Amino acid sequence: MKLSNMYQEVILDHYKSPRGKGLREPFTGQSHQVNPTCGDEITVRVKLSEDKNIIEDISYEGVGCSISQAAMSILFEQVLGKNVSEFDEISKEFLAMMQSKGIYEPNEDLLGDGIAMIGVAQYPARIKCALLSWMGVKDAIIRSKGENK
Amino acid sequence: MTESKIKLDVKTIKLDFPILQQNVRNGNKLVYLDSAATSQKPKIVIDAVSSYYEKINSGVHRGAHYLAELATDAYEDSRQAIAGFVNVKAEQIIFTKNATESINLLAYGLLNATLQAKFDKKIDPRLVISENDEILITELEHHSNIVPWQDLCLKTGAQLKWIPLNADGSLDYSSLEKLVSKKTKVISVTHMSNVLGTLTDIELITKYAKSVNALLFIDACQSVPHMPVDFQNLGADAIAWSGHKMLGPLGIGLFAATTELLDILPPFLTGGSMIETVTMEKTTFAKAPKKFEAGTPAAAEAVGLAQGVAYLNKIGMTNVFQHEKDLANKMVQGLLEIPGVTVFGPHDGNRGGAVSFALQGLHPHDVGQVLDDLGIAVRVGHHCAKPAMKKLNVQSTTRASTYIYNDESDVDIFLDGVTKVFEFFGSK
Repeated sequence: MKLSNMYQEVILDHYKSPRGKGLREPFTGQSHQVNPTCGDEITVRVKLSEDKNIIEDISYEGVGCSISQAAMSILFEQVLGKNVSEFDEISKEFLAMMQSKGIYEPNEDLLGDGIAMIGVAQYPARIKCALLSWMGVKDAIIRSKGENK
Repeated sequence: MTESKIKLDVKTIKLDFPILQQNVRNGNKLVYLDSAATSQKPKIVIDAVSSYYEKINSGVHRGAHYLAELATDAYEDSRQAIAGFVNVKAEQIIFTKNATESINLLAYGLLNATLQAKFDKKIDPRLVISENDEILITELEHHSNIVPWQDLCLKTGAQLKWIPLNADGSLDYSSLEKLVSKKTKVISVTHMSNVLGTLTDIELITKYAKSVNALLFIDACQSVPHMPVDFQNLGADAIAWSGHKMLGPLGIGLFAATTELLDILPPFLTGGSMIETVTMEKTTFAKAPKKFEAGTPAAAEAVGLAQGVAYLNKIGMTNVFQHEKDLANKMVQGLLEIPGVTVFGPHDGNRGGAVSFALQGLHPHDVGQVLDDLGIAVRVGHHCAKPAMKKLNVQSTTRASTYIYNDESDVDIFLDGVTKVFEFFGSK
């Protein structure tokens, strides 16, 4: 089954045992994202350090398919403790991979388990599932910085 | 019209649909179970559209040249055929872009009447919506039968009221006693749910609507393509449905209403084709149906749809409905036999062909993806019915929906596919 390209072992593992799940206090910014086509929703909180540079915590709660849930869990693992500019770099790489229709050599150092999502990039209808949490974190960071009141 | 009871010869029917002859993902034969979203088209429909453009294309109702005559006749003959299908006169059929536009035609017609009534005493008070009025819909509606009414309330100050949906997928008819009052100006309900396949008790709703002289609108998107519908028996003021869900091309919707309503309702869109005469001071409108068909119409689509109607007439709508009930029944019973599957909506046989279900612990997107891998096309998501989803206490569902080109073997492949979904995620 070609489908196993999409549902790689590592994705199903993150889906079944999500890392860092649950909404936590304190947080500096929160974002609510909705995928209008399927109704999936996710709430993401980010806690930035005092200098607004280090991502000290990411917490989340949501309902969604295996891809969207696994993407959030992978993001948590990959981004926690990193600074904002590193997040931007990782986020850019992830987006490039997802928009590649699956023809891409992803940077594993940046994406970690995220490279498993390359199979999802072959299914246009599911790309949004993988990107929902990334958009949430990005938005929560912007809100933390007070750039979007 | 009497029809002989026949069992559908699906093997032969399938051959009339070119799209069903192809293989999809992984070389699997396409099993199309998404007809509640849009139906596939038989070759005669596709050919009729091509033939219109190859032989008679020209502006209908304009010009007196040879092609204009042929095109106008073809367009009006199509209207006649569609009118006969739901038992109204041709002038009671309005062609729109889709069913959503049809519902907006009514909602905006009422808004226009309300605005105009401030200056024009001739506007019928039945059409005027005020702050003290109420519009009644159900929690089972498709967004296209929610949002236009919400919007009309927003602009008029009227209150939107909801007939509740029970957890078992039926409507709470006992609420009507309280919900319907002198304040009720419009009642707008679905005839058959696009999510659950539930049939609405139109007879009862009509009785309530008549008791307070409210306008009754019925969303017939899922009923007209799948069961016999006689407008005269419904007792509604207006109904709407889409052509593309009943074998017709995309881009053509229908609005049918009583002659009385079409006479008093102001137009939604204005411009060319819908006028009687235009001077710099004033315009007078043509009579329906033209009054509601501003601009150049989708004539090729109308002609294509008429062929879809002819195709359905040949089978007979009673036979179509029985066929779909049989398939839905097999589907529901088969699903209920698979451990971990929940079926929403009616479990008995008196229902339409749309079956919504859930697999324990699995998200519909993931269910749909595995089915897709097997060549089975289903719909996943909220089916544009978020209030209903909320009432059923789910985020989204997977929905399989049938039509005349589906047979028992499609249902078997589908049921086998559902078992494979569990295997795929379970074995990982």
